[in-house]
Amino acid sequence: MGRIHLHGVSKSFGPVTVIPPLDLAIEDGEFVVFVGPSGCGKSTLLRLIAGLEDVTEGRIEIDGRDATRIPPARRGLAMVFQSYALYPHMSVRRNIAFPLRMAGLPRAEQDRRVEAAARVLNLTDYLDRRPGQLSGGQRQRVAIGRAIVREPAAFLFDEPLSNLDAALRVGMRLEIAELHNRLGTTMIYVTHDQVEAMTMADKIVVLNAGRIEQVGSPLDLYRRPRNLFVAGFIGSPRMNLLGGEEARRHGAATIGIRPEHVRITPEGGPWRGTIGVSEHLGSDTFLHVRCDGIPEPVTVRAGGEVGLHHGDTVFLTPDPAGLHRFDDNGQRIE
Amino acid sequence: MSTRHSRAAARLMMTPSVLLLLGWMLIPLGLTLYFSFLRYNLLMPGTETWAGWSNYYYFLTDPSFTTAVRNTLVLVGGVLVITVAGGILLALLLDQPIWGRGIVRLLVIAPFFVMPTVSALVWQNMFMNPVNGVFAWLAQTMGMRPFDFFGRAPLASIVWIVSWQWLPFATLILLTALQSLDQEQMEAAEMDGAGPLSRFAFITLPHLARAITVVILIQTIFLLSVFAEILVTTNGGPGMATTTLTYLIYVQSLLQFDVGMGSAGGVIAIILANIVAIFLMRMIGRNLDR
Ligand SMILES: Nc1ncnc2c1ncn2[C@@H]1O[C@H](COP(=O)(O)OP(=O)(O)OP(=O)(O)O)[C@@H](O)[C@H]1O
Ligand SMILES: [Mg+2]
Repeated sequence: MGRIHLHGVSKSFGPVTVIPPLDLAIEDGEFVVFVGPSGCGKSTLLRLIAGLEDVTEGRIEIDGRDATRIPPARRGLAMVFQSYALYPHMSVRRNIAFPLRMAGLPRAEQDRRVEAAARVLNLTDYLDRRPGQLSGGQRQRVAIGRAIVREPAAFLFDEPLSNLDAALRVGMRLEIAELHNRLGTTMIYVTHDQVEAMTMADKIVVLNAGRIEQVGSPLDLYRRPRNLFVAGFIGSPRMNLLGGEEARRHGAATIGIRPEHVRITPEGGPWRGTIGVSEHLGSDTFLHVRCDGIPEPVTVRAGGEVGLHHGDTVFLTPDPAGLHRFDDNGQRIE
Repeated sequence: MSTRHSRAAARLMMTPSVLLLLGWMLIPLGLTLYFSFLRYNLLMPGTETWAGWSNYYYFLTDPSFTTAVRNTLVLVGGVLVITVAGGILLALLLDQPIWGRGIVRLLVIAPFFVMPTVSALVWQNMFMNPVNGVFAWLAQTMGMRPFDFFGRAPLASIVWIVSWQWLPFATLILLTALQSLDQEQMEAAEMDGAGPLSRFAFITLPHLARAITVVILIQTIFLLSVFAEILVTTNGGPGMATTTLTYLIYVQSLLQFDVGMGSAGGVIAIILANIVAIFLMRMIGRNLDR
């Protein structure tokens, strides 16, 4: 079980309101990702749910029970911190067993659960080491191990992978996703990396300055961003957002089009431009094109290898189905 | 300092100061050793004769020696227990975000800047004096008989005065250590279901282990040579009740003018201090090389 509902939850530090009142429903077994730029209040929101911060106003319900005033330990949630927060003077075994020991479980049961967690996380060989003698990825796994032995109602992750190098991050991303599939427990995951958000989430919550901009599945957000902020934040490379004359022709203040929805048409097309920088990734090539009459450079995705270079003149044809229109307030026009 | 050339140059540069320090230490030590084998009494100048081991023999078999050793251990141990326990408590308090924290911290540090003689005199005459002291006045207002601190519990009184002086040092070191404790670790423990006491025992105390070791080692070095507080308040008495090893050596060489005996006592004190140091390093020094 792990249903978490927030009703009008807000948080202020003194006079500064970091999170204006918001509502959010997280259902049992969901993998929810909070994503947003730095300082937007993701960690604060997670800590409110964990109980490490007191809510200024509003109500937090866990499994239908009002948990607003319940201390963190008794909310049945487990948290994995960005710095891992392992206990440096305890062995890996004692680190993982710590929550069980605090709960007063018998020794044999503690050992059994620690061994089981260590098997799942490939930590069996490291149980007698200290955290200081482990690599970053191994420490991360110990932190996860300490969370899973408690068999919590939900896991809370605060940017757990941001201290790892790129290759390890991809590996751990898969491991966490796999863990979610196996355990089926609710997970709330904070990141500012939108690739992590897109690949792992059942449901993404996009935050901006403490407000929820949009909640939805990754593809929802990708296909139908509700406003300019989400449109610009989700997707890599980011969506082309064009204003001015070109937008007015489509009856909008701003139009958005993703790089893969712009085709290069040698014979001619509505936009004519000169290629600036081109980024060759092997599988894809991203071209940054300066078009006549459009002040912003347009990013275009071309498949595999293209025989185009800096300074070449090309014609671009936007795919009408991939066009997003936004009004003066940045809201989507259907 | 990695190349062989620069290492050689560094050695050359250091030589003068090393030689100076060696001379500074070795000459007094050598003289003390030499005196300790002489019959050397200031009342009979010019009559020094070779005494062999007799100075050591008489110093060690004198009943006041065992008393002095016991008093020294009680003094050092008592002060260590009080300052470490009190230091941890004060550091925990001062780490809380209380109103006027800056001023409170300054006040806590203050005793460290008071000279030992002064603080001993203040404690003796203004607090613990059975007639004029604050404690006597307090006892009388509550209808009790004033307690004669230096008459009835002289060693405990000195332990208390010395603890008062060293508490700020312990607090300061432990407070800085406490402030380097990762807050996320505490929060993780809180989420893991550890109450305040468990968090203290399993997270805070192990984190402080190294700082506590430093406090114990440094304080032991200084506490073995506590002198002014005894001289000013009790003169080692009543009887032998507050005579420590340091004070005994002073009595031998400067009150009884027996330099030979005093030197022998000094050498024995050096040996004992080193035994204590080795013992301490063995016992708790492991904490340092983590
Ligand atoms: N204890 C505090 N007192 C005052 N302001 C705070 C406190 N904690 C956080 N804030 C403010 O709240 C805002 C949100 O902080 P938060 O840590 O939730 O951001 P975040 O989204 O997690 O950012 P990041 O991605 O950089 O971790 C920030 O502007 C921060 O300055
Ligand atoms: Mg954060």
